[in-house]
Amino acid sequence: MKYFNLVWSALFRRKTRTIFTLISIIAAFLLFGLLNAVRVAFTSGSDSLAGNERLVVASRFSIMTGLPESLKTRIAAIPGVEGVGHENWFGGVYQDPKNFVFSFAVDEDYLATNPDIVLTPEQRKAFANTQDGALVGEALAARYHWKVGQQIPLQSTIFPRKNGDKTWPFTIVGIYKTAKDAPNGGDQMFFLHWKYFDEGNMYGQHSVGWYVVKLKDAKDADRVAQAIDALSANSDHETKTQTANAFNASFAKQIGNIGLIVEAIMAAVFFTLILLTGNTMAQAVRERIPELAVLKTIGFSNRSVLALVLAEAILLLLIGGVIGLGIASVLAPALAKGSGGMIQLPPIGWLIWVEGAVLMIVIGIMVGVLPALRGMRLKIVDALAGR
Amino acid sequence: MKKFLFGLGLAAIVIVWLVVWTALPWFVVLGLAILLALWLLAARTGRRTLSVTRVGMSTLTQRLGSTAVIVVGIAGVVGVLVALLAMGDGLTATLQQTGSNDTAIVLRGGSGAESNSVLTRDDIDVIEQAPGIARDAQGKPIASAELVVVANVPKKSDPKTDSNVAIRGVGDEAWTVWPNVRIIQGRKFTPGMRELVVGEGAERQFAGLDVGKTLRLGGQDWTIVGVFASNDAHGSELWGDSKSVASAYRRGSSAESVTARLTSPKAFDKFKASLMGDPRVKVDVSTTRDYFNKQSEGLSKVIRIVGITIGVIMAIGAIFGALNTMYAAVATRAREIATLRAIGFRGTPVVVSVLLETMLLALIGGIVGAVIVWLVFNGYTASTVGGNFSKVVFQFRVTPELLWTGIKWALAIGFIGGLFPAVRAARLPVTTALREL
Repeated sequence: MKYFNLVWSALFRRKTRTIFTLISIIAAFLLFGLLNAVRVAFTSGSDSLAGNERLVVASRFSIMTGLPESLKTRIAAIPGVEGVGHENWFGGVYQDPKNFVFSFAVDEDYLATNPDIVLTPEQRKAFANTQDGALVGEALAARYHWKVGQQIPLQSTIFPRKNGDKTWPFTIVGIYKTAKDAPNGGDQMFFLHWKYFDEGNMYGQHSVGWYVVKLKDAKDADRVAQAIDALSANSDHETKTQTANAFNASFAKQIGNIGLIVEAIMAAVFFTLILLTGNTMAQAVRERIPELAVLKTIGFSNRSVLALVLAEAILLLLIGGVIGLGIASVLAPALAKGSGGMIQLPPIGWLIWVEGAVLMIVIGIMVGVLPALRGMRLKIVDALAGR
Repeated sequence: MKKFLFGLGLAAIVIVWLVVWTALPWFVVLGLAILLALWLLAARTGRRTLSVTRVGMSTLTQRLGSTAVIVVGIAGVVGVLVALLAMGDGLTATLQQTGSNDTAIVLRGGSGAESNSVLTRDDIDVIEQAPGIARDAQGKPIASAELVVVANVPKKSDPKTDSNVAIRGVGDEAWTVWPNVRIIQGRKFTPGMRELVVGEGAERQFAGLDVGKTLRLGGQDWTIVGVFASNDAHGSELWGDSKSVASAYRRGSSAESVTARLTSPKAFDKFKASLMGDPRVKVDVSTTRDYFNKQSEGLSKVIRIVGITIGVIMAIGAIFGALNTMYAAVATRAREIATLRAIGFRGTPVVVSVLLETMLLALIGGIVGAVIVWLVFNGYTASTVGGNFSKVVFQFRVTPELLWTGIKWALAIGFIGGLFPAVRAARLPVTTALREL
């Protein structure tokens, strides 16, 4: 620590060069932060504890193919099932087609199966008693400045009402909070009554999008899933039952292999970064060879010269990396907000910071090690003589 | 103060230049390049510039490391940018090629996508008799009532997870409605039989879809009898007889959509007006081009925005890398440049030569990046979810336009990265520079 000043002043010996290098590092870590946020956004929710004790029962063919309402009581009768609810995709937009709202028509038992939604008893009662009532997530309500009691029109991109109009009126009866470990985006949802939806819908046919089953014990998942699928085997509505985690994961996978794309880009970015900072460090050390020789002359050991140069490289990466990730953590929520809900970016979590910090130190060592070795090995006499 | 204003002026030049540069078509750039070459060879200042540049280039080999930074950095930017744009272009192209202006698709009112639509047999009869539909030699309307069901088939790359593949039941006229669909292996399915033909894209992506194999659908075994090519979104599908598919999935005689060949693109308005005004049916009518355009719009826009954002951030990193390298290059050559100026060379040759050198390196980087992406990704097959929640298989399209965009970006980065060091080189007071070291 006592050499911090020495390292610091060596780093800023050539201000322009260091600042230019810093900007490159900032750009790289900004990308690292944003791309990781994208990756997390696509894979989140596929690895939660609660997700293992919930099953999603969807049509074997496509989640857009409905299931009969009558299946509910039969699923509920299977031993090991604690509760069954169902959801329909409503496909809502608010005022403008760009303002997409994740909206679902749910039945009265659904809320009990979703542990991510935290409601007060009054809110539950208000929702149950209001035919056109809607529960909205905190973040969603904040985005459009919705208040409890407000009447809002929501347009469905898919379902017209009986009169052919696709705009459905709703009364907001509650703004819910999400549980602490809820997956990202859970506070962006809009829930409406399935009955209101099914009766008002021009093509209402007692059709359910998919069922959500809460298990008494996560260990029963396989057995119950098989029992549910057996109910409709060889019928015209064969089902496919998965844990909520597997369901989310397979859904994210279908959109494309986001993880692979992100990794490929990151590899390209960091390869360039290593080359670039490595070059800067090499230059910096080459210029300072006489100075390093002086340090050695006044008694610095080989190892402390090595450490000094390495520390300089790591410090450079740390400064740039922290600034870059800092910008990313400001930018990610701003981007999510600006996109009107189309892109959901979680805040840069601690895991990304840890990964980032490890990367900073590793890259710092990689770019610093060759110049540092050179500094360590130099012979005082040759260096001072400028040979 | 003067220095600050000068810097401001330079920044303004850069911004104006960037705006103009992005708008320039390739032939103007080519013209500019030829003009530059002529100037270099013919004019006196030009020849001087050329000799200064040659001196600069001869030292390139001594600083290979830092030169590589420019080349590799810019190759990285161009590579990532072109790859992402190629992905967006490929998806758009696949979906757009599927549609045309002289075929129309009819869906139930307000359904948006085929999977949400239901048309009864009566609806289909009304639609097929609407004016504007072309008729075949026997006077039958050329229209295909279609339905799409989705089956789970394992992917070749990942046999453990099932993926959705669309199975389209088509009418007898489908081969006339979609003339670009042609059998490349085996034969067409026989109507009434449980036979399927598989699209090229689907065959490549999914396991067990080769000719002669059987596939279990709706509790029955179906035989795959042929492979078809279509170069559009249909290539990700399996086709079978609509009546057989409907009965296997207990859909009765209903369908999801009717696609009809019109007598001409102009007949569309008449066709649409007559169906919209018909009280017996409640349907949405659009040309297939509009329908497929709408499906690709959102996703390809997102890919484009993401690609350009990543490109810009990477470009900023690369610009500063180039700046660093070129400043260092100018600094090591400070004496040499000062000597040139002391013996009478003016500022222009020096500025232009440094710029030329950087842009040449940038050009190499751009070409390297573009060529790598072209080699690796052109025709690379990827898939995503389409409008029916089923797979759409598409290919990356590294078009000449995209390669050109990449090279333009490379030259822009080279220009910015070279301009400031070049100006520094030309403005360095001769006496200080000569005294340095």
